[in-house]
Amino acid sequence: MFQALSQKFEKILKNLRGHGVLTEQNIAEALKEVRLALLEADVNFKIVKDFVDRVREKAVGQEVLQSLTPGHQVVKVVWEELRELMGHEQVGLGLSSAPPTVIMMVGLQGAGKTTTCGKLARLFKQQGRRVLLVAADPRRPAAGDQLASLGATLDVPVHRADRPDASSTDVVRICVDGAERGRDQGYDVVILDTGGRLHVDDALMGELVEVKRAVGPQEVLLVADAMTGQDAVTMAERFDQRVGLTGVILTKVEGDARGGAVLSIRAATGKPVKFLGVGEKLDALEVFHPDRMASRILGMGDVLSLIEKAQEAYSQEQADAIQKKITAKTLTLEDFRDQIGQVSRMGSMDQILGMLPGGQRLKDLAAGGVSEKEIKRVVAMIDSMTPRERRDHTVINGSRKKRIAKGSGTDVQDVNRLIKQYLAARKMMKALTAGGGRRQLAQALRSF
Amino acid sequence: MSWLQRLSQGLAKTRDAVRGSLDRLIGRGPDPAALDELEAALITADLGVHTVQRLMERVQTELRRRDFDASDPSRRLLLALKDTIQAQLRGCEGPPVERLIEQGSKPYVILAVGVNGVGKTTTVAKLAQRLRQGGKAPLLVAADTFRAAAIEQLEAWGKRVGVDVVRHHQGADPSAVVFDGLSAAKARAADVVLIDTAGRLHTKANLMDELKKMKRVLARELPGAPHEVLLVVDATVGQNALSQARLFNDAVGVTGIVLTKLDGTARGGIVVAIAEELKIPVRLIGVGEAVEDLQDFHAREFVDALFEPA
Repeated sequence: MFQALSQKFEKILKNLRGHGVLTEQNIAEALKEVRLALLEADVNFKIVKDFVDRVREKAVGQEVLQSLTPGHQVVKVVWEELRELMGHEQVGLGLSSAPPTVIMMVGLQGAGKTTTCGKLARLFKQQGRRVLLVAADPRRPAAGDQLASLGATLDVPVHRADRPDASSTDVVRICVDGAERGRDQGYDVVILDTGGRLHVDDALMGELVEVKRAVGPQEVLLVADAMTGQDAVTMAERFDQRVGLTGVILTKVEGDARGGAVLSIRAATGKPVKFLGVGEKLDALEVFHPDRMASRILGMGDVLSLIEKAQEAYSQEQADAIQKKITAKTLTLEDFRDQIGQVSRMGSMDQILGMLPGGQRLKDLAAGGVSEKEIKRVVAMIDSMTPRERRDHTVINGSRKKRIAKGSGTDVQDVNRLIKQYLAARKMMKALTAGGGRRQLAQALRSF
Repeated sequence: MSWLQRLSQGLAKTRDAVRGSLDRLIGRGPDPAALDELEAALITADLGVHTVQRLMERVQTELRRRDFDASDPSRRLLLALKDTIQAQLRGCEGPPVERLIEQGSKPYVILAVGVNGVGKTTTVAKLAQRLRQGGKAPLLVAADTFRAAAIEQLEAWGKRVGVDVVRHHQGADPSAVVFDGLSAAKARAADVVLIDTAGRLHTKANLMDELKKMKRVLARELPGAPHEVLLVVDATVGQNALSQARLFNDAVGVTGIVLTKLDGTARGGIVVAIAEELKIPVRLIGVGEAVEDLQDFHAREFVDALFEPA
């Protein structure tokens, strides 16, 4: 998400930073471009206008223009305003002190409610909580089956209606029953998966109001597609006015969505974005941090999220062991494979690159190149080697290469390329450990 | 209510804003506030910044013309706007699906593609029913083997509309399902094969490759197939729809667009940009939950609904 916007902002701001002295004229020109960039990113028209007005007001203030680094000051103003637009601080889910916490998911058809229910259930389960999913969408064919199948994958029970052709009043009953079962059987969290509906459909919106009144959920989360255009504001406002939201989850963020919905929905409803859906798999759910997202949009990267991901994927011992190997300059192909495995556990290449400063450019370079597939091939090749070959690459001769290629379903050229990559990685490690390691790494990162 | 009325109703806000600002432009001349308002109204319809800029230039040109004291100036500006959009939509009208099927080979293979949650399964099922009611023998193929219960969803639809569904199990190779579907269609002498594929984001190279493979398998088993590749686009999506259209077109050659969910408050203005850049006809529009809400697209009616009161 935000690639297009991020690219434009990087350019505009780079231009601004280049000026030693900034005139109001410079700023006006830059803001004109900012306005277009935001509009092209599907940010709501009114919100764009307010945003640009606020930045202008702050940026043309004397302090900024007369400071030693006016360009940087303007960037700071833009960053702060973006953060404000997205809600300033990260807001988590409100859990009830008397379980179960009931979470009600609402949204348009096809926004990704059912999948997101699965993702939330997985998250809670990982935190050691007992979760009950409630299938409250009797209209879409097989919606209940979909939730049941997700529940089976996660080993989370799914509460379903006893009659398959439930009518509208039954949706309320299913939800009430589900919440009661959650209470009686000692669940910590109950997630209600309601059916998708249009915000202009009065009868169906009324049904949500009924469910909310009958169940009294702690959270009412709007699930919205990050690719939504100018209509995002109307849609979110209606859901909020009618049902009353406590937060928003944006889905399908991993594509090239321009992300205007993120900026618009929060600004229009005042309700915080709590999570982002970043993939089809059940672990593809990210906590939303306004400040980090603002940095990402401005091409400043999101190193904090990257570090957190790394902490999740690496255990401390593993990291220490690798650290030792690196300093001992004995990085073997086995270590190489483990490292690749750990990196891929942090998320897809795309996600990781997107979090690095200037990562957008890297991503373009790699466009579709460094795919999960590539990583799988590398791992397959190393798996096809004998332990001796993995420890000492010099024994790999022509006939061994042929065997490795055959065993991993690749070509000899691929094996050659792998060995080359491995040697390059080893060289880099050497350079890093040979004094001033951290500073060099930081420099390398900055030069991206 | 006809789709035109419905669409018209949804577009009422845009239309009022456009007309209001046009009237003010006439009254006060080209003053910045009125021009801003007009621009805002056009952008809110998801027409996209480029189309809107072009429209604004056209309005400015019209306003500067000397012979502007025509009898109904605001009407004239409106016509200029409609003209400009209609010119862009010209590449966008094509024959209806039924005619394509009649003129095409048998079985006529339709592949439905698109990102997640745009309504592919629903569209395919409704189309099957529409074709069946028109006396054709369609066959549904459940090639979404990825999403949980996607197959069951299509099967439930199949039962509802009385059309057979060819299926495998979840996790199967979609190309294999497509292969079986085509064989079944030949054996049963079906007129039309409707293939429902899994939703995929257009930026995922490996998933797009999977789609290319399905297309290759079809072409190998039946020269010329798929005869129609329908890209299903959600009207609530903004500028991203253009990117979807571009990348799906690059991968599998889109021959028609289905614009769904026009029954909300979204305007679907993005089809104008898609039509201009890619010249792909909009084959169908979805304006409601019922089967008869899947209708043919008419550029003129669409533009009228954008600007004229019902």
